[in-house]
Amino acid sequence: MAYPSERKPTPLWEPNIVRRAVIDAFAKLDPRVQARNPVMFVVEVTAAAVTGILAQNFLSARAAPLGFELQIALWLWFTVVFANFAEAMAEGRGKAQADNLRKTRTETQATLLRDGHEISVPATSLRRNDVVIVRAGDIIPGDGEVVEGVAAVNEAAVTGESAPVIRESGGDRSAVTGGTIVISDWIKVKITANPGETFLDRMISLVEGAQRQKTPNEIALSILLAGLTIIFMLVCVSLYPFGLYAHTPLSLPVEVSLLVCLIPTTIGGLLSAIGIAGMDRLVQHNVLAMSGRAVEAAGDVDTLLLDKTGTITLGNRMATEFIALPGIAPQELADAAQLASLADETPEGRSIVVLSKNQYNLRGRELAQKDAEFIPFSAQTRMSGVNINGRRIRKGATDMVTRFVVEAGGTVPPELTAIVERIARTGGTPLMVADGGRALGVIHLKDVIKEGIKERFARLRAMGLKTVMITGDNPLTAAAIASESGVDDFRAEATPETKLRLIREEQAEGKLVAMIGDGTNDAPALAQADVGIAMNAGTQAAREAGNMIDLDSNPTKIMEVVEIGKQLLITRGALTTFSIANDVAKYFAIIPAMFVLGYPELQALNIMHLATPQSAILSAVIFNALIIVALIPLALRGVAYRPLGAAAILTRNLLIYGLGGVIVPFIGIKLIDLAVTALHLV
Amino acid sequence: MLSNAILQVGLFIGLVTVISVPLGLYMARVFADQGTFLDPVLKPVERAVYRLCGVDPEVEMEWPQYAIAMLLFSLVGMLALYGFERLQQLLPLNPQHLGPLAPDLAFNTAASFTTNTNWQAYAGETTMSYLTQMMGLAYHNFVSAATGIAVAIAVIRGFVRRTSRTIGNFWVDLTRAILWVLMPLCVVLALLLVWQGVPQNFNPYVHAKTLEGGIQVIAEGPVASQEIIKELGTNGGGFFNANSAHPYENPTPLTDLIELVAIFAIGAALTHTFGRMAGDWRQGAALYVVMTILFLAGASTAIWAEQHGNPNFTKMGISQTATATQSGGNMEGKEVRFGIVDSALWATVTTDTSCGAVNSMHDSYTPLGGFIPLLNMQIGEIIFGGVGSGLFGMLVMAVLSVFIAGLMVGRTPEYLGKKIEAREMKLAMLYVLIFPAVILLPAGIAIVTKAGLAGITNPGPHGFSQVLYAFSEAGANNGSAFAGLNANTPFYNWTLASSMLLGRFMMMIPALAMAGSLAGKKAVPPSAGTFPTNGSAFVILLIGVILIVAALTFFPADALGPIVEHFAMLNGKLY
Repeated sequence: MAYPSERKPTPLWEPNIVRRAVIDAFAKLDPRVQARNPVMFVVEVTAAAVTGILAQNFLSARAAPLGFELQIALWLWFTVVFANFAEAMAEGRGKAQADNLRKTRTETQATLLRDGHEISVPATSLRRNDVVIVRAGDIIPGDGEVVEGVAAVNEAAVTGESAPVIRESGGDRSAVTGGTIVISDWIKVKITANPGETFLDRMISLVEGAQRQKTPNEIALSILLAGLTIIFMLVCVSLYPFGLYAHTPLSLPVEVSLLVCLIPTTIGGLLSAIGIAGMDRLVQHNVLAMSGRAVEAAGDVDTLLLDKTGTITLGNRMATEFIALPGIAPQELADAAQLASLADETPEGRSIVVLSKNQYNLRGRELAQKDAEFIPFSAQTRMSGVNINGRRIRKGATDMVTRFVVEAGGTVPPELTAIVERIARTGGTPLMVADGGRALGVIHLKDVIKEGIKERFARLRAMGLKTVMITGDNPLTAAAIASESGVDDFRAEATPETKLRLIREEQAEGKLVAMIGDGTNDAPALAQADVGIAMNAGTQAAREAGNMIDLDSNPTKIMEVVEIGKQLLITRGALTTFSIANDVAKYFAIIPAMFVLGYPELQALNIMHLATPQSAILSAVIFNALIIVALIPLALRGVAYRPLGAAAILTRNLLIYGLGGVIVPFIGIKLIDLAVTALHLV
Repeated sequence: MLSNAILQVGLFIGLVTVISVPLGLYMARVFADQGTFLDPVLKPVERAVYRLCGVDPEVEMEWPQYAIAMLLFSLVGMLALYGFERLQQLLPLNPQHLGPLAPDLAFNTAASFTTNTNWQAYAGETTMSYLTQMMGLAYHNFVSAATGIAVAIAVIRGFVRRTSRTIGNFWVDLTRAILWVLMPLCVVLALLLVWQGVPQNFNPYVHAKTLEGGIQVIAEGPVASQEIIKELGTNGGGFFNANSAHPYENPTPLTDLIELVAIFAIGAALTHTFGRMAGDWRQGAALYVVMTILFLAGASTAIWAEQHGNPNFTKMGISQTATATQSGGNMEGKEVRFGIVDSALWATVTTDTSCGAVNSMHDSYTPLGGFIPLLNMQIGEIIFGGVGSGLFGMLVMAVLSVFIAGLMVGRTPEYLGKKIEAREMKLAMLYVLIFPAVILLPAGIAIVTKAGLAGITNPGPHGFSQVLYAFSEAGANNGSAFAGLNANTPFYNWTLASSMLLGRFMMMIPALAMAGSLAGKKAVPPSAGTFPTNGSAFVILLIGVILIVAALTFFPADALGPIVEHFAMLNGKLY
């Protein structure tokens, strides 16, 4: 699927990132860093122990199997370095993005308004509640809320999108971000964030992973990995006395090799890289997650709350049909409707002009004559129109236009009711048109469903998600749109409180709810939702209530967010399964090699026919280290996600990563053994 | 041969399947107090028990209270048995004037019976007075089994309840397990055994004159009742030393089948109890299928290995093929009445569960045939398993499987709609950690210390197998003897007793804690995105995780015991 708003993804092996990652991989050998990851910490400690023994042997000149032990020690260190490299690669991609963001955070001067005077101050000195004025060409000095004025703002610095957006005081488009540029008009901005706490600062620290904390699922997974590590330590510790009984005292490098091969180093080494890469993928889709927890929750979401307008429908009703009353030529209706709409700048009005042009070839006329008087729409009259050449043309709500006709001395034919009802039943809005006392007919205004939305809902349904449409429309209209778009459920005549109530209901059933919102009145629901995505174009309140921000302000983005969350969890599960399944082959490589001196019969377990005990052990250790590198692309890109049911995904992934995890190391270790033997490494 | 094996194993597992479903549904009714046909008889008894003990059956417990009640109850029973053993010379019902047991043996035996292990490091007739036997066998055979069932029910409640703090009342579960489940089954099945010729009397021993003119003393006693609780409660301590190979314990093919089915009955039924309580029979059936597949794999391997016999004899021109008059295969240590298939079937069944009753001697099996019982125990007695402990052990493995692979469907792992999070993982890992710790570590000590090596009676890898088997059966609470090991020494008595106690209670506590934690959670209703834990993919996954996580933990050790023995045998070397 194409994501139109996607940032250009950084190439996987970007040379700058790789260079920095290599350096970081060695810097991360610091035991204080490793201590956070029990599996890799064990590998590092054992690598150090083997190195120590090696040094001791070297000093005491007992250098007999030095080649073998040295290679084991080296590959153990490589195992740690490779895992570090994976993490550094993931972090590096974030850092590269952070660097780009930093470039935009240049030193700016701000025009502070104090007691009615304008004072020029550095942007860094601004504090919360200061009010600044920003004119065309100025950089907005900090995050804030527009308190006065309206301006076009270029937000490319934050969103990567260069088309300007409108920011104005009041309403749902009042938040501005520091670092963006006003390109027309002026605005007064009340600063809402102190220096260092701005959106840009937060964004930099988020993509850099500076404040990264382990997510709940990562913690649980770490416990599993630590537990398995302890179990395999028990196995290896007890194997020493067992070996003594079998007249095969085991050397530390051999014991350590078995331990490191058995403990789940693959997933242990890639775990944090997977998490960082997940955040990174969100950033590529121009979504900022305030915490890793939110990304994980996105994968778990059961219910999606979607606003009808902008998400399911294009946001504006469009004229789709002219229905003339008996005795009226359709042409006449269309002509009157167009005349009444020529001055109507609303999308609905323009769609009427366009429709009459398309259907009856009526050109839009220039009516800037003195004799044309436009009647604007008002909440009281609920109709609009034009007085021209003595004609009084009106279009509007059926009851109001009917009254207008009657007052003008005309009558309304009974067929009107049937037409109006038919339109309402299909979810449309009837707009009656009259010329003085003559009722002409009805314009059918219709919500236009976004293209491809039905397929997306089907996709979500296959993933096990329930979609709920929220709309202020009446139930009849809502039901029609719901059935046309394929949404699972809907709430009509909804108020902002409806969302909050619905979220609480779903959560009471144990479900996780995601929603997207922009307005101040969405803030409570955004805060209550498990995944609340605030649109960047929305209000400051909404942006603070959500746990993700969509920089593109694209309401359908929520679906990508859910898929990225799922992909993150799938990647983790796939590599865990793969890592554990790998142990089978490693047993067959190492156990016969360990004891073949005491019990030559165990050669029968050497089903891979590895050349010598030493080559077998070395090959298993090398495989164990190299597989981490081999899986870095998978960890960073994520496992391909398909919107299938869980049962189908499970079967598929079990085959690939479970069965594959059993088979791949048999082949890999054998190949490495052939290479090791051919190169006479042991 | 093949058709014989298929017939016997098929008849057996078919019967288990047919019996386990109604029994499981019955138990679900019993523990939910939904009324059963036995209520008119048993309700007054139950009420009397509660009144006598001061139990309020309406009050439910949170998991720590439940665990403490269970531990205290077991501790008191264990101390009582220890007291009887140490003071039996002062107590009545000791016509042989048997002296007190040594502290280490008394402790070992008390631990053994309390933990449902029934490992016997002594010869009963010359060691225990009648009173001690009754306290040890009769009392603990019932209550240790009932404790297992109670804990299993409490764990199930934890898995299926929603936002609940409590997981049931231990005293109520215990009482109901004895009154409604164990007692009625024992009465019915014991009568069947009596009908088939198993003695049930208090007659003096019969003195018979043999053909050679010697006098043979034939022991009698209340055999049938002891026999059936031995199997039903997966206890395994026999009335006679020869256990179920003895013609009075197991006289006919029918008793053999009844006893086999009784070993699996409750463990198998509990899967259906689980399914019913979870409101989805397929959840229970999935576990049942996993257990059945693992059972069939073990049984067929053991039968094949025993029927195949020792290839060295074949080389010497000795036929080991089965004929109409000859069972063929490896008959050493097996009763001719039962033959190869039935003996190997027993060996598998008794070690799949924590029963440990035997009708043949596992020490005499071929290396591979003897490896299956060892492996079954090392998997953790979850193939039907000990009554109760098998089910909650399997549930812990299910949680582990769901966690490892469940992420692959793109959601936080869930089991029965409950999210598996850090706390559950901690407890699951504690559970799976304890088990190898109580087996591998003491075995490692035994195999290099003088006190440990002193008990070994065979050289080479077979000697190691003896030690590994002993600690495996103790840690798994199985109690079946590989024989050969001289285990009645202070070293083995103390170490094995520790393994038994830790292997029982240190695993029950995390299981209960997990139940407590899960009980408090909301359950997410299943959707198309939910990991299905009732389908074939889950069955395969669970088997894979059991084999990789549980069995591979012991693979290096087993490689030095039965596996190397097997390959040595193929090379013509026996131990």
